[in-house]
Amino acid sequence: MIWNDEFETLPREAIESLQLKRLQQTVARVQATVPFYRDAFARAGVSADKIRSLDDLRRLPFTLKQDMRDNYPYGLFAVPLEQIVRIHASSGTTGKPTVVGYTRRDIDTWSELMARSFAAAGAGKGDVIHNAYGYGLFTGGLGAHYGAERIGASVIPMSGGNTKKQIMIMQDFGSTVLTCTPSYCLFLAEAAREEGLDIRDFKLRVGIHGAEPWSEAMREEIEEKLGIKAIDIYGLSEILGPGVGIECVEAQKGLHIWEDHFIPEIIDPESGEVLPPGEKGELVITTITKEGIPLIRYRTRDITRLIPEPCICGRTHMRLERMSGRSDDMLIIRGVNVFPSQIEAVLFNIEGVEPHYQLIVDREESLDTLEVQVEVNEQVFSDEIKELQGLSRRIQKDIKDLLGVTCKVRLVEPKTIARSEGKAVRVIDKRKG
Amino acid sequence: MTVQQISIFIENKTGRLAEVTRVLGNAGINIRALSLADTSDFGILRLIVDTPDRALEVLKADGFTVSKTEVIAVEVPDRPSGLNSILEKLDQAGINVEYMYAFVERSGENAIIIFRFDDIQRAIATLPEAGVTLVKSEKIFTA
Ligand SMILES: [Zn+2]
Repeated sequence: MIWNDEFETLPREAIESLQLKRLQQTVARVQATVPFYRDAFARAGVSADKIRSLDDLRRLPFTLKQDMRDNYPYGLFAVPLEQIVRIHASSGTTGKPTVVGYTRRDIDTWSELMARSFAAAGAGKGDVIHNAYGYGLFTGGLGAHYGAERIGASVIPMSGGNTKKQIMIMQDFGSTVLTCTPSYCLFLAEAAREEGLDIRDFKLRVGIHGAEPWSEAMREEIEEKLGIKAIDIYGLSEILGPGVGIECVEAQKGLHIWEDHFIPEIIDPESGEVLPPGEKGELVITTITKEGIPLIRYRTRDITRLIPEPCICGRTHMRLERMSGRSDDMLIIRGVNVFPSQIEAVLFNIEGVEPHYQLIVDREESLDTLEVQVEVNEQVFSDEIKELQGLSRRIQKDIKDLLGVTCKVRLVEPKTIARSEGKAVRVIDKRKG
Repeated sequence: MTVQQISIFIENKTGRLAEVTRVLGNAGINIRALSLADTSDFGILRLIVDTPDRALEVLKADGFTVSKTEVIAVEVPDRPSGLNSILEKLDQAGINVEYMYAFVERSGENAIIIFRFDDIQRAIATLPEAGVTLVKSEKIFTA
């Protein structure tokens, strides 16, 4: 179902003229109200009146996560604090968090975009939405919550953690839609099975998963183990929170980004140049309706490409290919770019191997080493050494074929790789620190 | 005529082997024969126990990856070339031995050898013809 028929199916020319008008307004506003942008525009020799077409966007400077930290906490706000009705912050793994503020209209926009997203995933009135994203400073919980209320569903504000209770409530309350990270979704399925329950027997029919990169193979596993449609959602707190883009249930192929509110660009993460349509690179987003903290050309660090072809669902907003990793997560091993998600994809393609893996990166005598630890379950276990060594070699060869990197594969006992209730720790890089 | 063997995946780190014997000991399971095949990273522990199904259950519950394999037990006279004559017969019949390990009967007269073949059915058919005695699993615990 399409939530907002008028805006979600606008013809391309109408989207672009709306984008240009909104971009011009946003640039003028931040230039007048945010000293950081006034200075950055001056340094780049650009100003609001020079933005005459969408192509002029590339004349504007980028905004980095570091710029948000440097202007901690309120330096990038474009309105006085008394107009801010909500403040969220992203967990900073190092140092200060990044802070975002929302005006009343921003909250309204966010609810609208999350409502569109739920509708695109096939959820609506009558659904019981089990929201297992964390409530609090993290945008996931409240963002999904407001959208769920907007579409008229019954929302259960579960938040994260307390897995046993999650399973009990999911079963007893008849949850039909689950929102959580993909790794937590599999964790729930495993925990249910240990209690002798099968989520496939529950009323659950749709899962909406995001906040960490996942693969097509992981989707298949979720759909199989929980008996649901698993939908990929995209968002980041700097831009909005969840609901920047989502897959439609009709195609399940690429995430529609709401182009009447955001302008996406794909750049080369090294040079900063805008790449030709369809090429893979770093996603850059400009917000064109946000009031509290509008961001110009924000570098998301997410790697994807734009899919310009029209979608079968009827929405005209462009799609982003499933995120294939973050430029931050990208490991450079002996000069080769490696994303943990690529290794995950290799493991998924080997019959019986489960996605519980960990990458240990180290350096021996100035040479980078990569060790891939994979848990041995009953499906791949053999009583013969040569069979297990064959499995190791197969994994090693598939990784070498795909990535061009030679790794060491270490088979480990089940459950020795730490399970996480939130985001899984996939990489231990011993070269750092 | 086959005997059930329990195979366990263990990482090469201290205490894992002891953990297996502790779990089996607590469950009152008797280990009759044991063999460890290992590489630098991991090993496969193979056991002949009195109650294989129970062993499988308790080890799984303790988080181990475990499987059950059909193997063959053969009685070998405890004298020079006893084993050799059996291996020659297998070789002539073109049957491959994946691995094998031995232990001594309680009486101390004969050795019992556990064989894992690539083609167990053919081994069962061939060995008695060649005059080799297959040992039933009950006998392993009484002999
Ligand atoms: Zn679509």
